Amino acid sequence: MEQKKKTTIVLFSGDYDKAMAAFIIANGAAAYDQDVTIFTTFWGLNTLRKDEAIATNKGILEKMFGWMMPRGANKLGLSRMQMLGMGPKMIKHVIKKHNAMTLPQLIELSQEMGVKLVACTMTMDLLGIQKEEMIDGIELGGVAAYLGDASEGNVNLFI
Amino acid sequence: MNKDLVVDTKGLACPMPIVKAKKALDTLQSGQVMEVLSTDKGSVNDFQAWVKQTNHELVKHEEEQGVYKFYVRKA
Repeated sequence: MEQKKKTTIVLFSGDYDKAMAAFIIANGAAAYDQDVTIFTTFWGLNTLRKDEAIATNKGILEKMFGWMMPRGANKLGLSRMQMLGMGPKMIKHVIKKHNAMTLPQLIELSQEMGVKLVACTMTMDLLGIQKEEMIDGIELGGVAAYLGDASEGNVNLFI
Repeated sequence: MNKDLVVDTKGLACPMPIVKAKKALDTLQSGQVMEVLSTDKGSVNDFQAWVKQTNHELVKHEEEQGVYKFYVRKA
């Protein structure tokens, strides 16, 4: 049997629209029977945060970062037309109208399709995000874990 | 046209038609045929590319009043 093709995506952005693009491509690649990895770093980590507050033991700076950043995929802002929060509301409305999938649904589907979700530990430390605050079923890794997958990748994206 | 399975993705947007088709195809045996229904205008290009890459066979596709039908035989 021939080796499965691989797709890897670095999700750096914490914008709702950009994360949607990343997860749509990931789900498409999984439908192509490829091994798919999404490596989240910096603001992209917020897409994989749980939406509830988790009690953690952190310093004041980490706590402040935690308060200032969106808690979970549904709370992300748009890269354009944010309009003080009106933009995301409008986008979610048209997503529903056109029977497209919301970001949380796309993330859930990707896990179901076997997409590997990896969180970058170095940026988790910088932004003070702990593993308990992230959704279940994700892996932790660093640049070597990403490059290990990406060097065999047929499609590598940075979003 | 003989078919072993019908997958209805009418009204669903990208990437759902392909994702549902892939899930359904996983349940079939080699040589069996599934029919996929879609109303997504991009789905003709999508299915042709998908079938080619995954080595299955697009036996036939047709459009009827805005509904696209794809017949895919599993490799």
